[in-house]
Amino acid sequence: MKIRKIVTTVEEIHLEMGKTIAPPTRRAASTAVIENPFAGVFKEDLDLLMTVGEELGTLLGQKCVDALGIAPKDAESYGKAAMVGENGELEHAAAILHPKMGAPLRKAVEKGAALVPSSKKMGSMGQPLDVPLGHKDAAYVRSHFDAMEVRISDAPRANEIMVSIVVTDSGRPLPRVGGLESKDAKGEDGLR
Amino acid sequence: MHDVIVRKSFVSVEEIFHEGGPVAQKPLLRGIVGSVIKNPFAGRYVEDIVGFMDDLKPLGMKMAQDLIAALGGDASKVEGYGKASLVGETGELEHGALWHAPGGYSMRENLPASNAIVPSSKKVGGPGARIDVPVTHRNASYVRSHFDAIEVGLNDAPKADEMLVVLVMTTGPRIHNRAGGLAGADIIGKDGLK
Repeated sequence: MKIRKIVTTVEEIHLEMGKTIAPPTRRAASTAVIENPFAGVFKEDLDLLMTVGEELGTLLGQKCVDALGIAPKDAESYGKAAMVGENGELEHAAAILHPKMGAPLRKAVEKGAALVPSSKKMGSMGQPLDVPLGHKDAAYVRSHFDAMEVRISDAPRANEIMVSIVVTDSGRPLPRVGGLESKDAKGEDGLR
Repeated sequence: MHDVIVRKSFVSVEEIFHEGGPVAQKPLLRGIVGSVIKNPFAGRYVEDIVGFMDDLKPLGMKMAQDLIAALGGDASKVEGYGKASLVGETGELEHGALWHAPGGYSMRENLPASNAIVPSSKKVGGPGARIDVPVTHRNASYVRSHFDAIEVGLNDAPKADEMLVVLVMTTGPRIHNRAGGLAGADIIGKDGLK
């Protein structure tokens, strides 16, 4: 895997509609820009990118947790996404995100019974990538459905792929649309 | 005196390993710290605004220290810097200029040998607007290897009555710098220029 750059951002919300959020809600995004080894050619076998996904699950998951400065168990929600430069193929994003990225990411955040929500697209330098978020142990926890926008002015170049992981230690700032609450989640089946 | 009310804040660190050339021994770090604050002068013309610079000083100091910490905690490793402000739509470009003193001095107080003027940009824009923050060497503006810029923006800021204030720092020259000129190693470092 050839990484050109990694961008890690922590965002804190202190106020929403005039109400103080204490402690602030916090989200960390870590994004790697890598060379697409299959740019411009059709390759049937995408194993190489699956391994890349596994390595990035560890690397980016860890960077998010470190940037938040939390113990892994205190991570509350997560998500992942990839944007493939124009000489690649949407399937390249799928190969990175789906087969092998989940297990190491779950290790980085401890547990993680729920499906890791994901998005993928083809795009060019500077385009926004919205990373969907869901509670890490119980996908139905409504307060934690969210998304974080990521973008890098010079990525992805045509032969690159931009891969993002987002981890939070909180849900939305002022959740009040009901549904399953974090404190009531069992976290056994990944759903409730 | 106006309260400085922060709605959101962020810190971002970019690690650059290469840009198509040889992989650097040590990645170049480019860090950004930003705060979205309420603009106390939004929506009307206020003649006397200059006192808000003093109000912003504690925020500037905290932001500079947070950014140094995010870059590893050693202020001597910071080599380049810049600042910017993005004013929401019911504000005025002049409000963005209030970041000059608190933004600049906060970095220079926290960094060693920083005689160079802190380059800056400012504009009026809405949520999602992007601003390019210029970067130069902290001790000698003419150091060519350190001329750079970092794009900053947030999808949800600045709202009409807000301002986004930004500081940026870098830990070295552009990753494959080879455009000649004054080198960081050759500066005198007295006048802030050479």
